[in-house]
Amino acid sequence: MSELNTDPEQTPTDEATAAAAAISAEDAFAEIAAQGHAAAQLDPTAEPVIEVEDLKMYFPVKSSGLVRRVIGHVQAVDGISFQVPKGGSLGLVGESGCGKSTTGRLITRLYTPTAGAMRFGGLDMATVSNREMKPLRKEVQMIFQDPYTSLNPRHTVGAIVGAPLAVHKVVPRKQIIPRVQELLEVVGLNPEHYNRYPNEFSGGQRQRIGIARALTLNPKLLVADEPVSALDVSIQAQVINLMQDLQREFDIAFLFIAHDLAIVRHFCPEVAVMYLGKIVEIADRESIYGHAHHPYTQALLSAVPDVRQAAVGGRRERIRLEGDVPSPINPPSGCRFRTRCHLAQEICAKVEPPLLQIGPRHKVACHFAGELGDAPATPVTAGLLGVDGQGSPEPGTTPETLTIGPGFEDRWFDVKSRTMVTA
Amino acid sequence: MTESDPFLVVEDLTVRFPTQDGLVTAVSDLSYSVEMGKTLGIVGESGSGKSVSSMAVLGLHDARTAQITGSIRVGGTEVIGLAEPQMRKLRGNSVSMIFQDALAALHPFYKVGGQLAEAYRVHHHSASKRDARRKAIEMLDRVGIPQPDQRVDDFPHQFSGGMRQRAMIAMGLINDPSLLIADEPTTALDVTVQAQILDLLQDLQREFNSAVIIITHDLGVIAEMADDVLVMYAGRAVEYGPGKSILTRPEMPYTWGLLSSVPDVTGDTDAKLIPIPGNPPSLLNPPTGCAFHPRCVHSDKVAGDLCTTTRPELLPGKDGPGHLKRCHLPNPDVVYQLEVLPEIAPELVVEESR
Repeated sequence: MSELNTDPEQTPTDEATAAAAAISAEDAFAEIAAQGHAAAQLDPTAEPVIEVEDLKMYFPVKSSGLVRRVIGHVQAVDGISFQVPKGGSLGLVGESGCGKSTTGRLITRLYTPTAGAMRFGGLDMATVSNREMKPLRKEVQMIFQDPYTSLNPRHTVGAIVGAPLAVHKVVPRKQIIPRVQELLEVVGLNPEHYNRYPNEFSGGQRQRIGIARALTLNPKLLVADEPVSALDVSIQAQVINLMQDLQREFDIAFLFIAHDLAIVRHFCPEVAVMYLGKIVEIADRESIYGHAHHPYTQALLSAVPDVRQAAVGGRRERIRLEGDVPSPINPPSGCRFRTRCHLAQEICAKVEPPLLQIGPRHKVACHFAGELGDAPATPVTAGLLGVDGQGSPEPGTTPETLTIGPGFEDRWFDVKSRTMVTA
Repeated sequence: MTESDPFLVVEDLTVRFPTQDGLVTAVSDLSYSVEMGKTLGIVGESGSGKSVSSMAVLGLHDARTAQITGSIRVGGTEVIGLAEPQMRKLRGNSVSMIFQDALAALHPFYKVGGQLAEAYRVHHHSASKRDARRKAIEMLDRVGIPQPDQRVDDFPHQFSGGMRQRAMIAMGLINDPSLLIADEPTTALDVTVQAQILDLLQDLQREFNSAVIIITHDLGVIAEMADDVLVMYAGRAVEYGPGKSILTRPEMPYTWGLLSSVPDVTGDTDAKLIPIPGNPPSLLNPPTGCAFHPRCVHSDKVAGDLCTTTRPELLPGKDGPGHLKRCHLPNPDVVYQLEVLPEIAPELVVEESR
């Protein structure tokens, strides 16, 4: 990919470039198509690199005035559990304000979580002290959304990419520059440019610098928070392909946070959908995009404009969501989505639906989980939770003990037959 | 102007900005037209001239710094060279614009209702303040803002992102414009809110039978909204025609590149993401010949060095006279079907060979 990146100062009309293009022109398209990637594949046997369990982040809301009392909490992230497989990627999608970016910042420990566990390499990152965290920071790095504000304009690229090496004293000072040049080459930039400043690069190139910085310490997990949404469409694909290359080469796991459902589908074999601080559905790509069981996931997917619609004309049929996302300071009781859900019934206000495993790699938190247009009339969860159809406790029934961990079990609840089945 | 004539006709529009480094030609020889009740989608990367060309329609370029030539006729009136007082009568009245960043486009110190009322009173001198306020509330209600009689007294920061964009649309539509230009109206919004805004635009267009221009880089939005599509690259139209024809049988490698660099939410997962190599060109010193040739991976299929020496004209392609493209490729339809489509949408190829 590197040779395709024209130098920012070199005008494309250069005779040298034109000549090079003429030589390599045998079948230029076939060549570039070979570098393009199809969607990433899931490796179900991969061990988790990080296990997040019941993670919570509450931000205090303070009253105005002299004595700033805490009058409430923004429940930005409220009890989420998931795993990211080694060398794999988990996509995190949802509307703005659903807590997906907060999750990313918790995993990099830019915030200290209110409660919960983040198990990484035998340690719980949620409780370790800052001193103990320092070696772990090498393993978990972040790529930021905006390549214009995430690079210090007064530092050279060499200083930006080399800073982690100096902080962690990984290599002697003399070897920092050669290592930086190596990294720049890896991300498809000219290694000679380590002495330049960020303003001399285009948006896509800056994002590559951000990626080089994140790669400096050979991390095992990269948190990518909207890594391409600030880039032009033609550049987005370059960066996505680069990240896929790096993932394969260095076996890096990605927590990929984005609101673009099509890009998440391409990059992540597994996807978690968040709504108001909770995961409402988490599954492999095929289950989420082909057989979504949560009404919110279905609504999100139906709202994405599709290029293929051009062949048909007009708008796609979609599920209309009423109203706005409720306040996370005082979220609705029971199911948080019920205020905008077309399936909502009495039970939804009374009992919070558990994140129930309903397939080999599919969990959903809904009392009326079912495929689009095939939602059940009575709550599927009633028997499991020991309540009746309206959500009132039913005497004489014993609630099933559900194991709700971060991973997937071999035994799950089949929503069609309403029984537990084993793989 | 008769009923069937297009409401907006842009002919040979060229916009140049003198800068310290030299003359930047942001738009060159651009021609398009939009009829009443129709939607034109303009696609292109940043710096392709899509916003600059539509700002020229509203006369928003400073005459001291921008050199504008060509012709822009809005409802029969020539806009280029129009005196400012006449321009003001047009602006916000028969032509209005919705900007991308609603927070920046709304004044933070004034209440939303006041800003809407101002837009109304500028063009309705006889209207009283009370009439204008009533009109503002009516428009807020029309764009789906709950409790408009109370929200009218809110400041922009009290609105959510989607509501601000709705307020912008309300302001754009308050004088029933015949032409509405929406510059990236949904780029900063969530998909669910985006869908609501697009619905709203379509409903309002149907109601007022206005002409709409949507500027975006999202081909999905274009596919669902636009009747005609104009693809711009380096200040020029490179492909122009009916939306269905452009998006299902594109004939210009840049359009192929746009289609191949965006994954699809319903497509085959074997479809490859193929980026357009390189970066957009500098408009100070545009490439010779076809502006896209340094990034084009199909120029080897053109005989000789035509691509690097001669700029192709915007000519009818293989898919009817209405589909114009600016490319030297002799058989773009064959290349697209045999080479590009199998890589970017394998399942569509199977369908067509059946």
